[in-house]
Amino acid sequence: MPSRHHAAAAFDEPACAVNRAKDTTKRKAGCSKALTPGAAAGGCAFDGAMIALQPIVDVAHLVHGPAACCGNSWDNRSSASSGSDRYRRGFTTDLGELDIVMGRGEQKLFRAIGELVAKEAPPAVFVYTTCVPALIGDDVHAVCKAAAERFTTPVVPIDAAGFVGSKNLGNRLGGEALFEHVIGTLEPEEVRPTDVNLIGDFNLSGELWQITPLLDRLGIRVLGAITGDARYRQVAMAHRANATMLVCSKALVSLARKLEERFGIPWFDGSFYGIGPTSAAIRTLCRLLVERGAPADLVARADALVAAEEAKTWAAIQPYLADLRGKRVLVYTGGHKSWSLVTVLQELGMTVVGTSMRKATDSDRVRVTEAMGHGEAMYENIAPKEMCRRLKSGEADLLMSGGRSQFVALKAKVPWVDVNQEKHGAQAGYAGMVGLVRTIHQSLTNPVWDDVRRPAPWELAPPAAQPVPFVRPVSDRADFEDC
Amino acid sequence: MAQVVHAERALSTNPLKASAPLGAAIAYLGIEGGIPLFHGAQGCTAFALVALVRHFKEAIPLQTTAMNEISAILGGAEQVEEAIGNLVARAQPGFIGIASTALTETRGEDVAHELAAMRARRPDLADTAIVYAATPDYTGGLEDGFAAAVEAIVETLVPAGPAADLRPEQVNLLVGGHLNPADVEAITQLVEAFGLEPIVLPDISRSLDGHVADEWRGTALGGARLDDIRAMGASAGTLVVGERLRAAGERLAARTGVPAQVFPSLTGLAAVDDFVAALMAIARTTHVPESIRRARARLVDAALDAHLHTGGLKVAIAAEPDLLVALAGTLQRMGAEIVAAVTTAASPALARLPIDEVVVGDLGDLEVLAAQRGADLLLTHAHGRQAAARLGLPLIRAGFPVFDRLGAQDVCRVGYAGSRAFLYEVANAVLAQAHEPKPQDWGAHPVATEFDHVRPPVATPA
Repeated sequence: MPSRHHAAAAFDEPACAVNRAKDTTKRKAGCSKALTPGAAAGGCAFDGAMIALQPIVDVAHLVHGPAACCGNSWDNRSSASSGSDRYRRGFTTDLGELDIVMGRGEQKLFRAIGELVAKEAPPAVFVYTTCVPALIGDDVHAVCKAAAERFTTPVVPIDAAGFVGSKNLGNRLGGEALFEHVIGTLEPEEVRPTDVNLIGDFNLSGELWQITPLLDRLGIRVLGAITGDARYRQVAMAHRANATMLVCSKALVSLARKLEERFGIPWFDGSFYGIGPTSAAIRTLCRLLVERGAPADLVARADALVAAEEAKTWAAIQPYLADLRGKRVLVYTGGHKSWSLVTVLQELGMTVVGTSMRKATDSDRVRVTEAMGHGEAMYENIAPKEMCRRLKSGEADLLMSGGRSQFVALKAKVPWVDVNQEKHGAQAGYAGMVGLVRTIHQSLTNPVWDDVRRPAPWELAPPAAQPVPFVRPVSDRADFEDC
Repeated sequence: MAQVVHAERALSTNPLKASAPLGAAIAYLGIEGGIPLFHGAQGCTAFALVALVRHFKEAIPLQTTAMNEISAILGGAEQVEEAIGNLVARAQPGFIGIASTALTETRGEDVAHELAAMRARRPDLADTAIVYAATPDYTGGLEDGFAAAVEAIVETLVPAGPAADLRPEQVNLLVGGHLNPADVEAITQLVEAFGLEPIVLPDISRSLDGHVADEWRGTALGGARLDDIRAMGASAGTLVVGERLRAAGERLAARTGVPAQVFPSLTGLAAVDDFVAALMAIARTTHVPESIRRARARLVDAALDAHLHTGGLKVAIAAEPDLLVALAGTLQRMGAEIVAAVTTAASPALARLPIDEVVVGDLGDLEVLAAQRGADLLLTHAHGRQAAARLGLPLIRAGFPVFDRLGAQDVCRVGYAGSRAFLYEVANAVLAQAHEPKPQDWGAHPVATEFDHVRPPVATPA
């Protein structure tokens, strides 16, 4: 069964530091942590595959499954598009009871693809397998193959039924599908020495566009966008790029490695989160391109650009720094942000009182320890109740986290800034950092905190026995001196 | 602290201000069985009538002394007497509230004196309470005329001197012209929740709330009862909502000895807390009903959720002073920046707003300032729709008139629940304009068209 095979292969990733550190038995067991029934709330593999691939804006993303898979999740992310809005529409086969009992899933999928091609004429249809068709044995691959021939449109099966694993695994399986079915199927009109791939940036809130103006000024073209604001044709041509930057994504590391192995494209792991990391990423990208034949002055031009942008950024955030200095921040995020955010906050003169290490690799951990100067305030998970207690006790002035802990902070009446993918503000590169600082400043200085923390009138000590000035004293009623 | 700036120019563009007699008419409509009567030309009344009808979507029993070219020169006393006689004969109002207009005030009519003379010679009018307020159109706006009418009601109907029998659970509730019927109702219920018995003056929540009455009446359909107004001297205290009614509260205190306290706003957590604390004091209780505790907890939650959208929000607001203080003050406490504040008159309450500048001006000023200072949101009455359309900004309708929406009388922005609704109203106005990020926001280019998919000849499904 394809999904079994793919999932197993996806677990064994030589370029993954975590995987390399394991012995053979552990490696075989895969990288999904066993979930705890009753205490799990993360997304499934299908969710992860959609997250990774849906930002390809002109593709028709068709979910083969019953109502929940598409109906409960469509149009819920903030990947932005400069072109088609097809990717935001919810296409599904909406499998019903009879479809499942009578085994009509395959037919329905074939017909749905036909209707979709007739209606939308997309460059490709991506078909996402979900739990039910995987369970009842729909041969999605065969249907996709037949439909592609019949409707003369690429139809790509994405094997990521929810039960095969976590969101993270789904990201990876999505990347695999691109490598097997899409990348290398089209050739660009012109190959340039400064063409690059960006893997793992999904253009959330338009963050990609905070970066591309910098690349434009260096003459660098994003040939393969995987997958932020991508066109199908771009992804199909990604094999002709000269360097790959893996942006903040451990999940898609296999894709970067395979592009290097099959097409010889060198890759590196970088981040556009924070001033320092952005500068480092731009410099590394240019260095790799020069090694692959780009003009040698590119590195010097990158250095000049980076220096100018850094100066501009510091000037822009200067007015806010006084209010930020010394404020205590609890960081509850994961992966590379565990350290990159810590570094950023420290650059701003803030004090990080704790950071979580969810989804962090060993190198992430080392970098956090370096940044914090010790390993004491590093946590894995913090239970909501515990987090609420700590925030209420005044351990931190600010929580920076994803949307899930938003309400923990707010109910504890502590300022909160969103730093995860569902956020609405773009926080990438130099421009994003200015925005982030402004957001932090706005949150910390909002007068609402004084209001919501004030005691209710009935929580105050009852006023002393003396009469309230504007109330006529009761004694007026029966002043016996007047009798 | 806000500096009140008067626009230095002769031309007013797109007025913000509704007239003082119109405000007086609304106040008079809050008296049960009342009819407001404009002492002026019939056109003064017709414009106000149309404005009131369009706002409340109700038949409004507003009448006029119909000054003509002869009475305009020789005096309007006969017109007043004839109007009152006709109204009493036709609609049997228990109360007639007269509001003067610019015409009769410019002439210099001494209506108070004429009324006294008329009373002496017309015993048939003895059962009709008649109140006169000087509300020249050339002085102040809606809130001012409303306040003048309330002051006149207090001076005319409430007996001077302390009441013989005090009622410690009874309170006077003077509510300003910036409040909607639903606001008045919410305040009344809040007071009643503490076991107090409020005499609400004026009570437009019983007359202009938009309800189908059992029978057609040519007077206000409900409101403060005259007997209750006359008994205000027996109250334990007077709660005044809105700075503009401070004088009315002081006059009531001077006449009856009932002490008054002014609450400039009942919108926003701190403002409502202050009011609740006062109610606890006046009711001599520490018991607060669970529904109020819950409503407060909900407002705190709403503030927490809404601050993510109101923080840094640039708001341009135009409203008469008491409404401006209530709404702008609340938004400021939510981290919004009041980039433009336009009002109709200077007011002591404005000085306490932590805004640099309040412009006494019109909607033309609002539009210019909102554009200059990059406002994200307009907050004013329905006439702000032109500016909103030209500037491409969302508009929250508040104040008078709101003629292009239904349910203006139902909008409640006071108390814990009303404040919560207001925060959601503002946050949702922002969300409704959700900015879709675009490449040009950061100077980026869209993806080159060479990567676009060229639509093939239409494929046909099986």
